Amino acid sequence: MKRSIIKLENVWKTYKMGDVEVNALQGLNLNINEGEFVAIMGPSGSGKSTAVNMIGCLDVPTKGKITLEQHDISKLSESELAQIRGRKIGFIFQQFNLIPTMTALENVMLPMIFQGLNEEKRTERAIKLLELVELGDRINHKPTELSGGQQQRVAIARALANNPEVVIADEPTGNLDSKTGTNVLDFLQKLHKKENKTIVMVTHDANLSRVAERIEFLKDGIIVKSLDNER
Amino acid sequence: MLKDYFKFALSTISHRKLRSWLTMIGIFIGIAAVVGLISLGQGFKQAINKEFEKIGVDKLFITAKGGFGPPGTNAVVKLTKDDLKAIKKVSGIENAAGFILANSKVEFEDEVGFFPIQSIPKGEERRLLAETQSLEIQEGRNLRDSDGFSAIIGIGFVEKELLGRNLRLRNKIKINDKDFTIVGVLEKTGDPGRDNSIFIPEDTLREVFNEPDKIDTIMVKAANVENMQIIAEKVTNDLRRFRNVKKDEEDFDVQTPEQLLGSFGDILNIVQSVLIGIAAISLLVGGIGIANTMYTAVIERTKEIGIMKSVGAQNKDILLIFIIESGLLGALGGLIGVVIGFGLSKSVEFIAKNVIGTNLIEAYFSYTLFFGALLFSFFIGALFGLMPARQAASLQPVEALRFK
Repeated sequence: MKRSIIKLENVWKTYKMGDVEVNALQGLNLNINEGEFVAIMGPSGSGKSTAVNMIGCLDVPTKGKITLEQHDISKLSESELAQIRGRKIGFIFQQFNLIPTMTALENVMLPMIFQGLNEEKRTERAIKLLELVELGDRINHKPTELSGGQQQRVAIARALANNPEVVIADEPTGNLDSKTGTNVLDFLQKLHKKENKTIVMVTHDANLSRVAERIEFLKDGIIVKSLDNER
Repeated sequence: MLKDYFKFALSTISHRKLRSWLTMIGIFIGIAAVVGLISLGQGFKQAINKEFEKIGVDKLFITAKGGFGPPGTNAVVKLTKDDLKAIKKVSGIENAAGFILANSKVEFEDEVGFFPIQSIPKGEERRLLAETQSLEIQEGRNLRDSDGFSAIIGIGFVEKELLGRNLRLRNKIKINDKDFTIVGVLEKTGDPGRDNSIFIPEDTLREVFNEPDKIDTIMVKAANVENMQIIAEKVTNDLRRFRNVKKDEEDFDVQTPEQLLGSFGDILNIVQSVLIGIAAISLLVGGIGIANTMYTAVIERTKEIGIMKSVGAQNKDILLIFIIESGLLGALGGLIGVVIGFGLSKSVEFIAKNVIGTNLIEAYFSYTLFFGALLFSFFIGALFGLMPARQAASLQPVEALRFK
């Protein structure tokens, strides 16, 4: 039996939009095991991003319990969550979210700075990671000097900076054409298979979700269907 | 980690050059004013202390002042030769000497000008005067007891063409229509009043200007330096009795060099505090400029803050990053300000020396002032960046990431 790494139990998230309360999550239950590749699918407004923010410790639930490696994180402060994010979670966003004034190398080193790694060690590791995503010859380029696919590969390298246990990818190919999208997806798969990383990917593209081992369908803030992919 | 935050800040500041410059202007004007003022003020104090050392701590100065009574009747009751005699009798005094000042027409060949003329007494009194006023001969000789119509002149007459030509030893000049021979030239003091004065024997001055009795200033040398205050009181008491005036209604002043120069210092302090007040206002405005720039920066970089938080930056990291950035904006502005400030005080010194001709105004430089000003401007920047930085630190990561 595989060890559970993140568990969401009866998780609610309520946003206030003026006088109206919107329930983005309505009692979500979800378990992700170590080393799993899980895809979360659903129409827009179904709560996918909110769910993935909870998994990635970017947000805390209004109600319910989130357990990360046997620790309840739903009541932690923002700074405590930041520490967990820095060490255990790696994010890949649809918008790449690189810092435009920094070079590829500096972007990849950024998470290591907040963990207090010294300059020599983090430079060495960042270069290694950029070589892993085949950007060894682009380390001193700024994001604007890179193509979309290259930017997303820098983001993948950054997500791996502190050797996290979970990589969260929120529509990682949403801003890429299908060819470069496939390329990025290949990297994610390589991470999963070779490095045995736990990967949670949000997508609305059924084709992409095929690379996952399990697909969770979300609608109106709860899981409506769960599907194990056959290989 | 701190080192990295400084690097972030420098990169951001250089990335937004125009805005950084504009923001820094506010700070550097204030810092330049403060540094310039402190530099000149300290320099002036040092110069005054030097003067003080020259005069010596064992001296007292007695001058006449306006008497009391209804307006119009408070004419100055001048000091006289008798007053000097009375003062010499006060116990605890080694010697006393007086001098007279006159402003007079001075002629050399066809050239006419008006210059201060000071009397030089005889014997021991001359020595006391020379010591107190640092009358050092550079060329020629000092006045002698036997001199009648001889004069020694300030260096100004030799260096500048105050009377049409540069004067030399043995030149003949006319003071108040009487012929005098120049026998000596005094060393430069940097005080234009002194360097452009002419000194003649006391008896001759009394005769030429028809001043048989008056003395403008009496200088007293105490036998013992330690009881200057007591000696000053004794002189005041005895002179009051001699001149027959009531206590606290004295028609004369007895001042120690400290008091004499202290009153200079008081005026300077007032001027300095007013100007520093104005500089403080400009620093406040500069600080508000920094706060404004930082608020804009926080809004512009909301997404960046979200990214940093998503990769593990804690609130305190974001706080530090922004405080260091605003502090550095202040410090860089301060650096320019310090340079301009020292430049300003140096040029004031230059103008004072070469145009006005005084040595009393000199720029003072110290590393304490330099680094103090830098640290202070960093602090101003950090202080005014505190609120924007707190706003940045308190952003929710999810909302910050969503910001477009």
